[in-house]
This record gives sequence, structure tokens and C-alpha cells, in this order.
Amino acid sequence: MSFRERLSGNEAIAYAMRQINPDVFAAFPITPSTEIPQYFAQYVANGQVDTEYVTVESEHSSMSTCVGAAAAGARAVTATSSCGLAFMYEMLYVAASARLPITLACVNRTLTGPININNDHSDSMGARDTGWIQIYAENNQEAYDNYLQAMRISETPDVRLPIMICQDGFITSHAVENILLEEDSAVKRFVGEWNPEHALIGRDHPLAVGPYDTCPYCMEHKVQQAEAMKNAKRAILDVAADFEQTFGRKYGLFESYRMEDAEVALVLIGSTAGTAKACIEKLRAEGVKAGLIKIRVFRPFPMEEIAQALSHVQAVAVMDKSEGNSACGGPLFAEVRSACYDLETRPKMINVVYGLAGRDCAVEDVEKVYRHLLHILETGETGPRYLHMGQRSSEQEVL
Amino acid sequence: MSRSAKDINEQSPWQEMTPGGEIYEGGTARLTLTGEWRSNVPVWDPEKCKQCLLCAPYCPDASIPVKDGKRLDFDFDHCKGCGICYKICPFQAIRMEQEVRA
Amino acid sequence: MAYNHKVELSKPERFVGGHRLCAGCGAGIVCRAMTRALDEGDKAVICNATGCLEVSSFLYPYTAWEDSYIHSAFENASATCGGVEAAYNVLKRKGKIDDTYKFLTIGGDGGTYDIGFQSLSGAMERGHDMTYFCYDNEAYMNTGIQRSSSTPRFANATTSPTGSVSLGKTQNKKDLTEIMAAHNIPYVAQTTFIGNMKDFHEKAHRAIYTPGPAFVNVMAPCPRGWQYKPELLPEICKMAVETCVWPLYEVVEGEWRLSYEPRRKLPVSEFMKLQGRFKHCFKPGNEWTIEAAQKYVDEKWEKLLSKCV
Repeated sequence: MSFRERLSGNEAIAYAMRQINPDVFAAFPITPSTEIPQYFAQYVANGQVDTEYVTVESEHSSMSTCVGAAAAGARAVTATSSCGLAFMYEMLYVAASARLPITLACVNRTLTGPININNDHSDSMGARDTGWIQIYAENNQEAYDNYLQAMRISETPDVRLPIMICQDGFITSHAVENILLEEDSAVKRFVGEWNPEHALIGRDHPLAVGPYDTCPYCMEHKVQQAEAMKNAKRAILDVAADFEQTFGRKYGLFESYRMEDAEVALVLIGSTAGTAKACIEKLRAEGVKAGLIKIRVFRPFPMEEIAQALSHVQAVAVMDKSEGNSACGGPLFAEVRSACYDLETRPKMINVVYGLAGRDCAVEDVEKVYRHLLHILETGETGPRYLHMGQRSSEQEVL
Repeated sequence: MSRSAKDINEQSPWQEMTPGGEIYEGGTARLTLTGEWRSNVPVWDPEKCKQCLLCAPYCPDASIPVKDGKRLDFDFDHCKGCGICYKICPFQAIRMEQEVRA
Repeated sequence: MAYNHKVELSKPERFVGGHRLCAGCGAGIVCRAMTRALDEGDKAVICNATGCLEVSSFLYPYTAWEDSYIHSAFENASATCGGVEAAYNVLKRKGKIDDTYKFLTIGGDGGTYDIGFQSLSGAMERGHDMTYFCYDNEAYMNTGIQRSSSTPRFANATTSPTGSVSLGKTQNKKDLTEIMAAHNIPYVAQTTFIGNMKDFHEKAHRAIYTPGPAFVNVMAPCPRGWQYKPELLPEICKMAVETCVWPLYEVVEGEWRLSYEPRRKLPVSEFMKLQGRFKHCFKPGNEWTIEAAQKYVDEKWEKLLSKCV
């Protein structure tokens, strides 16, 4: 039976961790994810978990500890944000290429610099090519639910890839919401045990991990890894289906909101979806056919499915909450626009980079984007594709 | 599909290689015959050898097998001919010669 | 238990031939002696920093290790080992593991003194039950003999080369063994390859079987980097000890113990002259370098003696 509780996003993750009772937690503080190891430390102090709680001296060592622990056959978890994730960068690749199912709670915060503690997605977007599965949450409920599904996805035998469960720093990590929680026993049953066939310890044969992989072998291993990421899409949907059957809440690769007849649509990630939904209701009341695609799974990227979902839309704004520094748009834009290339008739498409380093994005801001899409439809002119929204400017900006 | 190191080689397709480059057995390096690197070869004289075993731990290539407290002849599959054993032997029971191959 | 050379050498080999370390490499000797110090029946996990040893001892699909082995990166062997040890503790507690495992970490001086230093310091402070072995060959050998903080003053390395206005590295060697002792961990030792390896073996065994973190620093000469004929390795190690360039000692629960005191301390030039990396020090006009090296060694030695019981 689900039950209602008021929890912040960080509390919800820590609560899920306690229920799962992972083997090893490598802990290092960084705003805004610090509360996760803090809450968990109390569970350890109270004897509520069996976990080895390793208080490392850096995020680099927290990921290294997870690598060692996962290779030893343990369920290893950690949490981080921003610079912490950046400091792990090399180890993110190691974890993925060694095919170690590690679960990382990423509380998204902008990446230096200048240093700033507020939310955007530049930290995890910087890690988008590291070989990690990335799942994003709109709210506390989704953060909790995604975390409960994480290990089963990443431990799927033909996947075996580490997984990042992302939520928006402060916006969901620190905001308290009423959410549905599941009972400990039901969570344990759903998540199950992990007993990998091979491990550094406790098997009748030794295991060697992390070779020097010479040219005749290394590309083959990289292809295996790429295949595993393709397999992850199926695994995510399988686990989501079981989750829905078990707990009644439905998840997919992304959420389509009022898309059935949408003429203008946004594609975005995370908590801004709530703001966009409020805006859509307002516009729909005026007769505007507005819709939204909220990306849940960014890696693997649901390319064909996104293209299909946008195939009937006339104008799309892809909202990037991180700057790509490519001089032509953010990372989500690159993926979505690429996804639509194979469509017979493509929607007009712009990129809006917004909300950097915690810059607020209100319903009125989202409305400006929809109005701009309507303007594009009226004029037939897409205009500049790569726009920023929310910054002060001495010039007249498009948004 | 074999997952044994001896069956994995530069012709193996990706589908038949172990994930992530894992290996599920120990000591597979024995399959690499580093003896081919050798230009000088140690020659052991069992007559002069007092079986003090001083040479054995100094071999970086584990190529002086010891069984029940006695050394055997060199493992020429793996000996690289560094000459440490020759230098450390207090009884001149090891000499170095130029490697000659047929 | 007294060291029995024949019994120890008759144990099954745990670091096998066929690895691709250079002929005469000191690291290979360390790996064999280190794993020989494990009691038969005890299993082990070896955690290895990137370096010569890593690229030579586990080239896919060939591992030279009979035990489980993990390499993850250059700078994090200790943190990786800490993760393995943490997993062992919890899985043992949960009844999923029966065997006894020992956790050995090994890295070169680059991966230990320099880039892996934070990870090492952190793991030691946290008290993981593991032993860190440093095979100290005093430079980044894998990438081609670049200077590290372990490279001694005046050594010619490719990033501290000798030249018309340079006599090699300008800084003294970092004293990592002392720094590790300052962590107040249960066991710290310094050793190299001497005689029948009793000193190495006993220290390695004590380190591995002391509960909690332990650190063993092993001088492991590199024929290529130090520029000597491979067969001279035992002589170089002997001279390192007889000149007090590399004193043998251990710090047991905070108590400093000298393992060996030369009857007659030899001049440091006896160590230096065997190696091409110090060749320039012996040129006319450069005598002061040997004097400076001697002075440094003398001071360090006196300081060490004053600490030892």
C-alpha cells in the first residue's frame, strides 16, 4: 500500500536508499546533494541499514570507491552535484566501460564557473557521453520512483551500465512536497537482490577488471558498450511496466502532455515541466493548441520515439537548461533536431537556453516561448534558432 | 561461447569477447611467450648449484621454478634474459650466453 | 614465525611469467614477493594504479595475477581498494562471503607520491584493512622517465634533463614513508631487495596481517630509467642500503625501528656511480653535487636514527 508523506527531493532519495539498503555508500558533501549522505548517515547511525558508509575525501574517490565495490559484487551508490560530478569525470567513463552498475543520485547544479550553487543541467549534460544511463525527474515523486527503478535497469544482464538519477537542485531537492511512498518490504521485493555471476570476491574463480586494452580489442569493447546502451531502452520500459503494475504509477521514456493535437510544443527536462503544464492549461483555455514533451530518459536518447511524437507538430522550442557553448545550441536541441531529420515533414524548430545558474523561469516566461512559436507559425519565418531567455540585456531580445 | 583467455584473440568478434575486458581466470599471461624477447640466455649448472635459492626471488619473470625447496631449470618460455640471477648467484652456477635460435 | 626461504619460495607462484615488464624490472620482483607474503589459503584482491605494472601485467586477455585484480585509473588505486574492502566487509556481514580476503594495492611512485597521494592519504586515514605497496622507481617510467616528487636531486629525467645550465632535478626526493608514518597508521615500512629477501618478506607479511591500513615503500630500480645494465639490480639495491640513501626501517604502532644499520656507511657516490642518471655528477667541476647529495643523506640518516628506538 502506498502512503502519503511530506518529503523534500533529497529526503525522498535518501528514503529510497534506506529501503533498498545498498551495500556500499561512498559519501562526500556538495551543495545541493549534501543532504542525501547526511540523511543516510543518520540511518547508519541508527542501525537502520547494513550499508558500509565510506566517507571519502573527494568525489573522485567516491566514484573510485563505487567502482571497487561494484566490481567486488556489491551494490554501490553515491550522490553528488556540479563540480563533484565534474571531478568524477574520468571515473564515470571507467565505471561505464568496466560495465559496473553503480547508482548515482545527481542533484543538478550549474557547473563552475563562476561558482554558483543553483540549478541548471550543465553538470549532468557534461557527462552525457560518459556511458551512463540518465533519467531525470520533474518532481519529488518522480525522483523517488526513478530511484526505485534505477538498480533493476542498470543491473539488467545485457545492460550492465551505471545509472544517474537526476533531479533539479533546490527546486525539487529542497522543496517539500506531499508524495506517495511505498512500504519497505514492497520496495525490497521490487528491487530484489544483486548477485552478479562474476565478482572480485566470493566466487570460485578470480576476476580481473580494467585491462590495458590494446588496439585489436578496445574498439570491440566499446561496441559492446554501445550495444548495452541500446538495450537499456528496452530495460527501462520493462522495469517501468513492472513498476506500474506493482505501484500503479506509469513511466515511459518521456511524458507527452497535451500532445495529441498540439501545433506548438516545447521539449524540456526536469522541474520546468510543471511550469510549462500550467502555461499550457492557460493557453488551451484561449484555444491555443500547445503541448509539451518532458524528457525522462536522456541516455539512451529516445530518438525514434521523439521524432514520432513531434511528427505532427508545426513549431517546436527545445528548452535547454544548460549552455552547450557550441555557438549553435544546447545539447538537448542537438539531439531533438537530429531526431527530427528523418521525418518527412519536419516542424520548425528553435532552441531556447534558459534558467542558467538558477535564473528563474516562471509561467510568463514559458508563455513567451509559446507566443514566439505562434509568431513563427503566423509569419512562416523561423528566425534565429539559438536564443537565450531570462538574461538582462541592453538590446531588444527575441524572448 | 568460450570466455577463456586462450580462446580470445585478435580475430574474435565483439559478440564473443568478455564484457568490459573482464577475465575470469588467473595467470593467463603464461600464454604470452616473453622468452622470445631474450638476446642473452642463462645457463644453469646443476653441478655447481648449491640450491641456496638466492636467485629465485630475484627473477622478475617467475622463471626459476622451485619445487619442494629445490630449483629446477629455467622456464625459457618466459625468461627474458635479464641476467640478475647470474649476477646474484654466489656459486657461479649460472652463466649467460648469447641466445642462438635455429 | 622465522623466515624460511625454501618454504616461502616453494609456494605456488601468484604473479606469473608472461607479463610484459622490461627484462630486469624491479616491479616484477615486488609483485612476486608481495603476493608470496600472503598465507596460502588466503585469497587476495590486487588493486593497481595505472603505470608500467598495470599495462604490463593485465593486457587483455592476459593477466599475470593468479588473484582477483582491478585497475581503474592512475590516481585512485587506494580509493578503489577501499571500495573493494568495504564491499567485503558488508558482504561478509551478510553471509555472502566465506573466504578470507586480503587487499593489496600497488602503484609506482607517480601513482603514489604524486597523483595518487590524496586517494592514498584518504584511504589510510579512514582505516581500511589494506596494504599499499609502492614500487618506487623514482620517476614516471611508463611515459618515459619524467621526474616525479620521488626523483632524487640531480637525477637526469626527461622533464628534468641535464643541459648546459642544468644538472638534473633541482629538488630533493619527497620522503613519503615519513609522511605515511605521520598518518599514525598501524604499520609503515621501507624496504628493498636485499640478500634472501627476508627483510621484504617479513615486512610485507606483517603489513598484510596487521589489521587496518599499512604502507610499504619498496625501492624498485628501473634499468632503463636509472641507466644501468639490468643484471646490476641487486648491487644497486645493496648500495642504496649501505650508503643509507634508502634505509631499511619500519614504524610499528608509532614506534620507529631501524631494520639494518651498515657497519660502515659507504659514501653516496657508491650508489650514484652505478647509474647513468647521475653520470654528470662525476664530471670535473660538478663535485659539489655529490657533496650536496652526501650532506642530504647524512642529515636524513641522523634524523632517522634519532627517531628509532
